[in-house]
Amino acid sequence: MTELATDLRGFLGHGAEGEATLELLVPGARCAACMAKIERGLAALPEVAGARLNLTTHKLSVAFRTAAGDPARILAALDDLGYRASLFNPAEAKAVEDREGRRLTLALGVAGFGVGNVMMFSVPVWAGLFGQELEPATRTLMYWLSAIIATPCALYAGMPFFQSAWSSLKRRRANMDVPISIGVILTLIVSFSETFQGGRHAYFDAAVSLLFLLLIGRWLDHKLRATAQSAARDLLALQVPVAHRLDDQGLEHGVPVAEVLEGDLLAVAPGERVPVDGRVEQGTSSLDNAIITGETLPAAVGPGSLAHAGALNLDGRLVMRAVTRSQDSALAAIARLMEAGAQSKSAYVRLADKAAAIYVPTVHSVALATFVGGWALGLGPREALLRAAAVLIITCPCALGLAVPAVQIAASGRLFRKRVLVKSGAALERLAEVQHVVFDKTGVLTQGRPRLVETPAVMLASAATLARASRHPLAQALAREAGPGPVARDVIETAGQGVEGWVDGQLARLGRAAFLGVKAGQSSETELWYAAQGDAPVRFTFADTLRPDAARAVAALKARGLTVEVLSGDVSAAVERAADGAGIETWRAGLTPLEKAAAIDALKESGTKTLMVGDGLNDAAALARAHASMAPGAAVDASQNAADLVFEGEDLMAVVDAIDVASAARRRALENFTFAALYNLVAAPAAVFGLINPFVAAIAMSGSSLVVTLNALRMSLEARR
Amino acid sequence: MSILLFLAPASVMIALIGLGGFFWTVRSGQYDDPQGDAARILNDQLDDRPGRPD
Repeated sequence: MTELATDLRGFLGHGAEGEATLELLVPGARCAACMAKIERGLAALPEVAGARLNLTTHKLSVAFRTAAGDPARILAALDDLGYRASLFNPAEAKAVEDREGRRLTLALGVAGFGVGNVMMFSVPVWAGLFGQELEPATRTLMYWLSAIIATPCALYAGMPFFQSAWSSLKRRRANMDVPISIGVILTLIVSFSETFQGGRHAYFDAAVSLLFLLLIGRWLDHKLRATAQSAARDLLALQVPVAHRLDDQGLEHGVPVAEVLEGDLLAVAPGERVPVDGRVEQGTSSLDNAIITGETLPAAVGPGSLAHAGALNLDGRLVMRAVTRSQDSALAAIARLMEAGAQSKSAYVRLADKAAAIYVPTVHSVALATFVGGWALGLGPREALLRAAAVLIITCPCALGLAVPAVQIAASGRLFRKRVLVKSGAALERLAEVQHVVFDKTGVLTQGRPRLVETPAVMLASAATLARASRHPLAQALAREAGPGPVARDVIETAGQGVEGWVDGQLARLGRAAFLGVKAGQSSETELWYAAQGDAPVRFTFADTLRPDAARAVAALKARGLTVEVLSGDVSAAVERAADGAGIETWRAGLTPLEKAAAIDALKESGTKTLMVGDGLNDAAALARAHASMAPGAAVDASQNAADLVFEGEDLMAVVDAIDVASAARRRALENFTFAALYNLVAAPAAVFGLINPFVAAIAMSGSSLVVTLNALRMSLEARR
Repeated sequence: MSILLFLAPASVMIALIGLGGFFWTVRSGQYDDPQGDAARILNDQLDDRPGRPD
């Protein structure tokens, strides 16, 4: 393999004592035996100090003994052990560490500790409420003990809420965390003053259990995002952006694509993607531009031709001179559009925030009215403030705080089993709202790789013996069609032309029309010619065929009242054929990436909420700008980054499933909000009229959270039925 | 009731030890790879370096 000749030192990081470290992704390692085999196999290398595989994230960390190390040796060793690995950029590997998750886990642990221990002192107090004997002095002692535990716990566990509330207030907005923070702090203050005066109404337990329940919701929401992000990162790392830079001696050095400079000489082996825009200096080949433009026909390139970043090099080694750095290649315009799209998405108002927008002012005015009204009506400031605090606690933001995350974690778990990856909860909410679905053609409606469509059956077997010797995608498609069989002898492959070898004792050729001396036809289809010596050449035609369930998926979308459209960069004939096959009436062909994005914008302006399903670089901008977006797992990294959901496997029905689950999740979330609203209609007046005591508050708060969570779990139960 | 003055702090102290243990497990990365840890216990060779290689 050429990788061995490549210097990959750019991927090394450094440990605490200056020793070299390396982070790799080993997606194939899934069992205890793999883990032991990999760790021991690598530790046996003399230069390796230790290797540690994380089976959850499939991340392998290798530490070298010295400051120098050779990643290529590690890759080769893993290759020998039978595992394919790809390198993490040192900067990306840092991002894998989940600091926020740890912080939330710690806060949750502290809140749990607080709740458990405060309850120890609350139970005697509650018992006292029901006529059991409890001297006021003992009650006050219990409250003081509660205060000693609850106050530090509430302050530590509440930090995530306080910080978020503060930064939201600085932007002159009020999110859900503002009433939570005010509620917790006010409750603590009121409880302290009650305890000082030997009163009955101290709510130390309520303040901590409020935070505990809310942190569960927060933690679930974070976990959802973290798993989705790490899975998305895995997908990206599989298509490692390594560029092979040639030095003065002609040696290859693997470098991260971002480090390629203008004027660098780069080598692109067959089967690799062109890392940056460049002008070919040596070699001929054909480039598959499907991912950039959506065209299915490969384009021939030779010295002097321009190769675009992202194009797949099909058959010959190319040496090219970078004309731009990766940051300012032809993709820059697309990247800018994507950025703008991402910004517009972040402006999307989530369900929970919409609920908060009603909840926050309502609850605050009720609490204020209770205080002012109660004082005015002669309750006295202390009792009035107590009731206002009871309103803030009892109206229970925890049912609201759990309402959405609990549903979304159940929904994304259900989609994950169907191999659909949800990147965020907001994505599910947006997906539930779509009215119009836009498909890209190549790689979405179709499978994105050529399949043999027109076969002279007699010749297939003999052509396949030659085809098996080649790595060209068309030859491989032919070999796949023919099934397993013998391989031709003494095969010579001419880059960009074809293969020649001995088949059944005859010299035969398989390749382009020109390679076999056939006059290039007028055909616009992808084709290969085959002939044994002296025979007339026969033609094999290939086409990118539809996904088997494309028509079914489109019909299912239409049955749900959605409109469907195809936007493609390919030529009209191919797009029309695919659209017809899938049963889609509206299609547009020959669109540039910018035109696609403009089409999405036009839809947005007309008020249509659009789901874009695309895989290519030419779709990335459209994906980022659409209301919701999905990309297949085989898509380019830019598109997977831009998309809200990524689906794996051959089935286009995944799109329908995702929409179904998203709408079910929306229904569940709205049910939860309805429940929370009903609950508050009862609880708030009760608090206003002073009917709440600490025991009722504890029951009401945990009870409502439990109901909301159980309703969310119905999502997973439905899936099993 | 004066026994409370001894029992209440004692129970909280015990709980604090537990909380301290929880902080240690989180900080030392013991929840970072639940699947790997479940598999490692089946391994014949003693693994006395949980965490990262160093």
